[in-house]
Amino acid sequence: MFKPTHALLAFCLASFATSLAAQAQVAKPLPVEKAEIIHWWTSNSESAAAKLMADAYRKAGGIWVDTAVAGADQARAVAINRIVGGNPPTAAQFNTTKQFLDLIEQGMLNNVDEVAKSEGWEKILPEPVLNVIRIKGHYYAVPVNIHMQTWLWYSKTAFKKAGIAKEPATVDEMFAALDKLKAAGLIPLAHGGQAWQETIVFQAMLANVGGKDLYLSVIRDRDQKAIHSDAFKKVLLAFKRMQTYVDAGSPGRNWNDATALLISGKAGMQIMGDWVKGEFAAAKQVAGKDFGCVAGLTPNSPYLIQGDAFVFPRTSNPATVNAQKLLAKVVLTPSTQLEFNKLKGSIPIRSDVDTSTMDICAQAGVAIMKDKSRQVGISEIFLTPDQNGALQDILTAYWNTRMPVEKAQKSIASALKD
Amino acid sequence: MQTKSLTRKIKSLTPFAALLPMALVSLVAYLGATLWSIRVSFSNSRTMPTDTFVGMAQYAKLFDNERWLLSIENIAIYTVLFILVSMVLGFLLAVFIDQKVTAEGVLRTVFLYPYAMSFVATGLIWQWMLTPGIGIEYAVRQMGFPDFVFDWIIDQDKVIYTIVIATVWQTAGLVMALILAALRGIDEEIWKAARLDGIPVWRVYVSIVIPMLAPAIATVFLLLSTTAIKLFDSVVAMTQGGPGTASEVPAKFIMDHLFGRANIALASAGAVMLLVPVIAILAPYIYARSRRAHQ
Repeated sequence: MFKPTHALLAFCLASFATSLAAQAQVAKPLPVEKAEIIHWWTSNSESAAAKLMADAYRKAGGIWVDTAVAGADQARAVAINRIVGGNPPTAAQFNTTKQFLDLIEQGMLNNVDEVAKSEGWEKILPEPVLNVIRIKGHYYAVPVNIHMQTWLWYSKTAFKKAGIAKEPATVDEMFAALDKLKAAGLIPLAHGGQAWQETIVFQAMLANVGGKDLYLSVIRDRDQKAIHSDAFKKVLLAFKRMQTYVDAGSPGRNWNDATALLISGKAGMQIMGDWVKGEFAAAKQVAGKDFGCVAGLTPNSPYLIQGDAFVFPRTSNPATVNAQKLLAKVVLTPSTQLEFNKLKGSIPIRSDVDTSTMDICAQAGVAIMKDKSRQVGISEIFLTPDQNGALQDILTAYWNTRMPVEKAQKSIASALKD
Repeated sequence: MQTKSLTRKIKSLTPFAALLPMALVSLVAYLGATLWSIRVSFSNSRTMPTDTFVGMAQYAKLFDNERWLLSIENIAIYTVLFILVSMVLGFLLAVFIDQKVTAEGVLRTVFLYPYAMSFVATGLIWQWMLTPGIGIEYAVRQMGFPDFVFDWIIDQDKVIYTIVIATVWQTAGLVMALILAALRGIDEEIWKAARLDGIPVWRVYVSIVIPMLAPAIATVFLLLSTTAIKLFDSVVAMTQGGPGTASEVPAKFIMDHLFGRANIALASAGAVMLLVPVIAILAPYIYARSRRAHQ
């Protein structure tokens, strides 16, 4: 899957960077080591965003050596293997979740407390993100962006065909719109039938039908009573109801193929993260004109934060430590944040960036993020990768089979017990 | 005198020296990794191996896991069907080609070709062909059967059979090649004698040829069994274990837990459990061979 063009590009950039750094070193007394960065930003929009980050790093005097690995799981496996094997990269991409908690506990990461304190991360970063990167008072990762998984996207063409005049603002209105789409002979819900996409639909239902409090007691506190409650049962039933609106070709479909159904006006809605904007942009569709976006179906629906972060594998080489510190600083520079997130489809991680030049969906997201009470992490922020996987297995089985809702409740309860 | 015995000694040692690298690779990479997996499976390791041992806890967790149990059920159905259909089809293809058909070389290549291709690519094509609304279903409907339905790949109960179909397509050619080689090794005189006695052709195959092919069939069986048990790429390419968890298999469970779910202890426990059937198949084979060698 590794694209040779990337290797070539990385090589060219690296050699270019070396010459640049040679000049920079004259001005800067501190020697800066080459910084090798492992990431999985390989799709079109992602690699454009990665390139922007690399350029910003070079402008600040660093030497960015690009190691792009296609596929998030693969990239993390490469990073972990190299850390354990004693040949760590300077920085490695992880999701802003519990994915790197084991690495911290094993003492395999450097902290960047110095940068975090001098830049005042405490004041500019959202609380759920701080809780993941700050362990026992030390900062172990620099967050890059905020994605939101549970956006409701809809095709204006399909809505017009089905005679839906108004954007759904409540859960009931959403179901009513889905019914209308069905009656008009369209695919009501464009859904890619893969386990992780089913989990996204579930989280959307838990956040909007269940609400923030139930969401937190189930996902964060793993409260057995809450999982067995009627309110949670209602969430699971709403989730299952969504399944009745998908077409027969849904199982196994990729998320971007589902978005393509929206773009062509064959389907009405899709619940997916804001990375779908890249697909709309490639099809020359504009937010607010050709498609719409709804972040939540209640006035205070939580904004489920997800994102990428760089961690810094342990090293005592002072030059490498400097390179790590420089990266931590550059990533959070307001101009880098704005331009990077425009390309990536996400929103800036820091609250003090002027976002008036971003698209209307991003601006809606930024506006919601101003309300601290709506900032909530996705399930991977609270659950270990293993618990999250077990939850995903149950949800996809429940979605695809005739599993009774009580059994799903029981299975979820036992999966989240330990 | 002495130099002579020395050269002889060196000569007798040469084959061992030549085998040493391979032996080391086997010992360290295969056996070593196996022992390491067994060790990890008794620990509570997550992202990284740790030395906190928890006894059989991971195994208990494994057999309490519905997805793992479903994976085992699927691999059992798959293995039986895959081996049976591949062998029967491969054998029939070999017999067919052995009839001195014209363009034998072309046919042989055609049948063997699927095996030469990566299943990640062909699996994707199979997925397209099997997806309802496009592919086979659409083609048959266009041919004048508007009510034709072929949606096994999205059916909870039938999805595993689509994987059998696709992998048999890939492997039958290899079985054909191996059986054909063995068929070619059978003495023409036997056929002549059978013809003189007026024995029907099918009877010659069943009573004389197949027993003579036993070693080749045993090899094919062994090859197919190990291929079947480690089934992974076809599932990932065709269904990703879905719809839901309906086509999950043990190898995919292990891979998922090894990296994505950062639970190498549970993954190792699964890998050890996967080793058990392989040994169960291999042991009688090795035993039979060693007996034959002693005789």
